[in-house]
Amino acid sequence: MAQAELEQEQTETMTVRESIRQALREELEHDEDVYIIGEDVGAFGGVLEVTGNLYEEFGEERVRDTPIAEAGIIGAATGAAATGTRPVAELMFSDFTGVAMEQIMNQMAKMRYMFGGKTDMPVTVRTTEGGGMGAASQHSGTIHSWISHFPGLKAVAPGTAAAAKGLTKAAIRSDDPVFVFENKMIYEQQGEVPTDVEYTIPIGEAAVEREGEDVTVVGTQRLVGEALDVAESLSGDVSVEVIDPRSLYPLDTDTIVESVKKTGRMVVADESPLSYGTHAEIIARAQEEAFFSLDAPIQRVGTPDTHMPFSTPLEQEVLPGGEDVKDAIRRIT
Amino acid sequence: MSTHRDPRDRVQVLDEDGGVREGATVPDIDEDSLTEMYREMRLARHFDRRAVSLQRQGRMGTYPPLSGQEAAQVGSAMALADEDWIFPSYREHAAAHVRGVGLDSTLRYWMGDERGNDPDDANVFPVAVPIATQILHATGAAWAADLTGDDAAFLCYFGDGATSEGDFHEGLNFAGVFDVPAVFFCNNNQWAISVPRERQSASATLAQKAHAYGFEGVLVDGMDPLAVYQVTSDAVSKAKDPGPAGDDAPGRATRPTLIEAIQYRFGAHTTADDPSVYRDDDEVERWKRKDPIPRLEAYLRERGILDDESVDAIGESVESEVASAIDAAERTERPAPAEMFDHVHAERTERLDEQAAHLERLRERYGDEELLE
Repeated sequence: MAQAELEQEQTETMTVRESIRQALREELEHDEDVYIIGEDVGAFGGVLEVTGNLYEEFGEERVRDTPIAEAGIIGAATGAAATGTRPVAELMFSDFTGVAMEQIMNQMAKMRYMFGGKTDMPVTVRTTEGGGMGAASQHSGTIHSWISHFPGLKAVAPGTAAAAKGLTKAAIRSDDPVFVFENKMIYEQQGEVPTDVEYTIPIGEAAVEREGEDVTVVGTQRLVGEALDVAESLSGDVSVEVIDPRSLYPLDTDTIVESVKKTGRMVVADESPLSYGTHAEIIARAQEEAFFSLDAPIQRVGTPDTHMPFSTPLEQEVLPGGEDVKDAIRRIT
Repeated sequence: MSTHRDPRDRVQVLDEDGGVREGATVPDIDEDSLTEMYREMRLARHFDRRAVSLQRQGRMGTYPPLSGQEAAQVGSAMALADEDWIFPSYREHAAAHVRGVGLDSTLRYWMGDERGNDPDDANVFPVAVPIATQILHATGAAWAADLTGDDAAFLCYFGDGATSEGDFHEGLNFAGVFDVPAVFFCNNNQWAISVPRERQSASATLAQKAHAYGFEGVLVDGMDPLAVYQVTSDAVSKAKDPGPAGDDAPGRATRPTLIEAIQYRFGAHTTADDPSVYRDDDEVERWKRKDPIPRLEAYLRERGILDDESVDAIGESVESEVASAIDAAERTERPAPAEMFDHVHAERTERLDEQAAHLERLRERYGDEELLE
């Protein structure tokens, strides 16, 4: 959330993990049709401790541990949503999405359409993404480009504590299926978070996190914070504007295009693999509408087209970070 | 409430000639409902013939026929109450009609109009073409009914081939663990397109798979509408009120039931395949001797509920209902092309608005005929 907007709100400082938990708690309180399902989300509190003590607070009817079955979780949530409840499903790691993909792309995504518009599909799917924990290739993926590609689904990927809360609440209140992609390396990142229980962030609205004149950096998830640090370190030398798109589908093209028209230069930084993905979509939209404002080739920062190595030094080598963003800025300014 | 039958014992009320089998219990169904059951089956059979014909004439897309499977669909759907739900595969046109879905709606869907899937208040899920995916939806909906306090049963139809899918396992496993009010109704019609039942599973019966999930499995003659009605009624009652754990339900009484209804599809898997390639005519003829319609008719004539006159009248009313449905479906105004951008999300996104506007500009410039060439 942009600094100027935050100043309008009453806030408290908390981590991304706490802000997501607070969003879940508030929505469980707000609507009795909301419930959480997933693996180890109950008494254990989630493998990355996001659901925490919600099981103690709300009981096993509202915070439901399931057998290990990702297709089962998504399929059960789809059936439940079509008959009037509002499930919030957790897929422990986004790498497990493949196990549930039939239920995601053919069932959840198409149910409203197949029903001729006669049903809502208010499912939220929370899942963790990203490398950096030394968790090897099957626990470290960034797959949000995949979900953003299928019609019928929405995808959000917060980069700040405020966005994590506002987007999670908006996802739960949405009548469409929304995936919330949580980067696991920013769970401990702190930020100012509005305390108003009605605070939500509209899905499809980007935030200008820092204003600048020379180059636009569109960063997602962990790379929002890293881009802000880079912008600060370059201040006085290069004036960097940082945008967190927050929603990947629908994407707030207008905010990005407006920025590029002003700066004439753009870097897109996202942890997904570089080919055929989020970077390409953002860049395509920017050039469709701001081609004649561009002064330099658009740069992208992401993960090479390989798997996340188990070895910590190799993992650090592969993961995109602030230095890569800085290099990309240097190449075009 | 629960009878906990051995899943190897096939429940059967009527013999192949429509006589009541020795020792069988005839379910308590009033005469009007029995006549309705017969009429629904006749309607389904006639509808099926006409639908295949429409496809052959190019008036409808690919269609999955149901002839031979009327008893399983009508007998089970009639055992449900208004508040209950069904989760069909793609062949349950007769079950949907019993639930209140008009034949014209079913035809509209198969003619290529998704609006045919939107019957008000029939509590019927849309057709599911990938195999077994709807089982999880039924389980999830049944599970969520705990939260909403709905006193409903959730009945899911699927075929013998679906029991090989992972979603079958996950759906039934969840149902057992959470003890949900679901009835899993397996239309075992012997063939999954060209692959026979014995190539789907080495289990002696499909019903016995229920035991692994901790609930009851029931085997029934799926071409005997009275037997199907009886076992489905028992399963629905148990879903809503499992009763106390007893000697026949060690540990605790459980809500879910898996019903395996043994039957045969007389026709093709869909209008896109030719069954003579994978099965022989003798087999088809053997199963036709179990045809559910003459069996029920003989039973009802024997009991004096039907006679020549009433059978003829039903035949005429069925023909006229199907003819009207075809007429209504074909007269329905086609949806505006830009409507294909609706119902992707609750509201069109800006992107979808732009894409719909682009299509409209093309239509204005070139006209529909030019665009369709």
